[in-house]
Amino acid sequence: MIDAFGRPQSVVVLGGTSEIARAILSRLAKDGSVRTLVLAARRPEEVDVATLFDVQPPTRLASVRFDASEGETADLVVARCFEHAVEPVDLVIMAVGDLGTPEVDESDPRRVNQMMTVNATWPAAALSSVATRLRAQGRGRMVVLSSVAGYRVRRANFVYGAGKAGLDAFAIGLGEALRGSGVSVHVVRPGFVSTKMTEGLPAAPFAVDADRVADDIVRGMARDHAVIWSPGILRWVFGALRLLPQSIWRRLPG
Amino acid sequence: MSGSPAPPTATLEQLSGWGRTAPAMTLVDRIATSGSLESLFRTQQSGLIARGLGRSYGDAAQCSGGLTVDATGLGRIGDIDPVTETVSVGGGVSLHRLIRHVVPAGWFVPVTPGTRYVSVGGAIAADVHGKNHHQDGSFARHVTELTLATPTGTYTVSAAHDPDLFWATAGGMGLTGIVVSATLRLRKIETSWIRAFSQRFARLEELMVAMEETDARHRYSVAWLDCTRRIGDDVRSVLTWGDHAPSDALPPCLQSRRLEAPKDPKLAFHRPPPVRMVNRLTAQVLNEGWFRASSAKQERIQPIGAFLHPLDGVAGWNVLYGPSGFVQYQFVVAAERGDVLEWAVGSILESRVPSFLAVLKRFGPGTPGPLSFAQAGWTLALDFPVGPPALPALLDRLDERIAAAGGRVYLAKDSRLRPDVFRTMYPRAEDFAAVRRRVDPEGRITSDLERRLDIPR
Repeated sequence: MIDAFGRPQSVVVLGGTSEIARAILSRLAKDGSVRTLVLAARRPEEVDVATLFDVQPPTRLASVRFDASEGETADLVVARCFEHAVEPVDLVIMAVGDLGTPEVDESDPRRVNQMMTVNATWPAAALSSVATRLRAQGRGRMVVLSSVAGYRVRRANFVYGAGKAGLDAFAIGLGEALRGSGVSVHVVRPGFVSTKMTEGLPAAPFAVDADRVADDIVRGMARDHAVIWSPGILRWVFGALRLLPQSIWRRLPG
Repeated sequence: MSGSPAPPTATLEQLSGWGRTAPAMTLVDRIATSGSLESLFRTQQSGLIARGLGRSYGDAAQCSGGLTVDATGLGRIGDIDPVTETVSVGGGVSLHRLIRHVVPAGWFVPVTPGTRYVSVGGAIAADVHGKNHHQDGSFARHVTELTLATPTGTYTVSAAHDPDLFWATAGGMGLTGIVVSATLRLRKIETSWIRAFSQRFARLEELMVAMEETDARHRYSVAWLDCTRRIGDDVRSVLTWGDHAPSDALPPCLQSRRLEAPKDPKLAFHRPPPVRMVNRLTAQVLNEGWFRASSAKQERIQPIGAFLHPLDGVAGWNVLYGPSGFVQYQFVVAAERGDVLEWAVGSILESRVPSFLAVLKRFGPGTPGPLSFAQAGWTLALDFPVGPPALPALLDRLDERIAAAGGRVYLAKDSRLRPDVFRTMYPRAEDFAAVRRRVDPEGRITSDLERRLDIPR
């Protein structure tokens, strides 16, 4: 059950190896409220929960192995996560995603298929499954990791951007559909985040680290923001960038 | 929480407690007879909890994804029995209605919390206390008998007949069943007026000494603390005490209004204002005003409602805290642990989190109820707007120190306690679980509070 301060007791993470998801969990670990944690990951053995919850580890801990490139497994994976949680789930973190290798992906139909599945199809199907379950509970929250890359798609990584754009649009629509149901959706649009996913890439302006994104998410949830930008200034930066004519947008560096 | 058809009369609604935090989507069914309750328990497979007037601050009277039974339809008020000095009332009757019913006949309710707008069922479920706890104990002490609908049947119990179920229900937050009706002992009054006194204090310690003295001689007593800032190096306070005024204490102008019942509020708020009205500045201004309004030492005759239910003058005052709502925090520690009280007040002041209203009271002995809150000692109640980032950790810190000192927080006001701390504060939770297993073996009765605190069954 979520308490008066929005602190969750049971959490499901889809994409358990995500650094942003880990950073959110370490924030929640400090509150000591989480007693049930289910982590779904491609390689659950790589997720080290003990170091996150060093003070008060969850009493119920489970992991689920899945592969987001198999789009039709989404409903089954979500069902398994909710079974492992046993109690009502307060917070679902959707952190599935793959940045890919832009120059290879864009000309390989199989890779495009896979990228769209991992970044859009699988997460959207899973969110729909989560929504049905949270609606039955009468309350619950979803945090969906989108990206500014999907807000206005760039030439440099349009395969990833197109996937995130699809997921972002789906999650915004889902949030609208769930209005008045007691379930809320928070769409997170971070800028350039320095993580292992972006290692070796040149940092863009307004780059942040995963901890900062987690702080912004926790604050945004407390204030019930449907869209959480990180850093917050990107709301205005991208609000302006989105209006640029394509001829100028394509000339911008980065 | 699924698999059973909704009762035909139920509607899907969003509900929250008086603090307006953590809302729940739940089916709500209004029941008017105990017969409809029995069929409800027969057909309803998913979780359910009773709700009265929704005055518990947190998530005690809501059941996310299940059914919330609106019991305010159980509204019968029986005749006053002048021999036993009791009245039998439905569980959904509000103390407001009951007071308006009995005061003209020269009676008063034995215990009333700071608001009259609670149901009798809710008052039993929270085992509420009033400004007279040091003399008269909590609400359940004055319940001579109650009828409880449970999944295994309807029972009529008292402190003598099935005391386990009776005392588990007193303070049991509705988790043993739904109070269909109760018989209450009334108090005879000559007038509906209170002879009230107030006195200012500049030091907390002086206040505490004065409270011990006045409590022995007066039925009602409570102190207000200014927890918004230190004046000098201490906190200031105003102690108020009083007794039911006898007829001859009333001035001639009031003799014709000797037994006058409290009225409905004239001022009401329905919607939260766009901004939070409670912040450090407004809290300080209001507390300053409160302090100045009470002169150094004063005696006056007050209507019973103004003395016992000052906040009932404004309906819907809870929305003034704005869209994020507020939390109440009330704890009790043993009389000899005044050090914990002083430490708590100091911690709140240091955190600079605004508290609009802080109320200190001395409790008398508690009841045998395993989850009943009140026990002998000091109790401090505070309210805080949700929003200041330091607040959650501040309250967690208070919890731990209070639990370690053998104290506890009030479940009717809670919306954020942790399950492990709950178990330390209420060590007799297993006794409570045994009663629940007896009357509700399939675990049909549940609430968001029960699931959040993992209250055992």
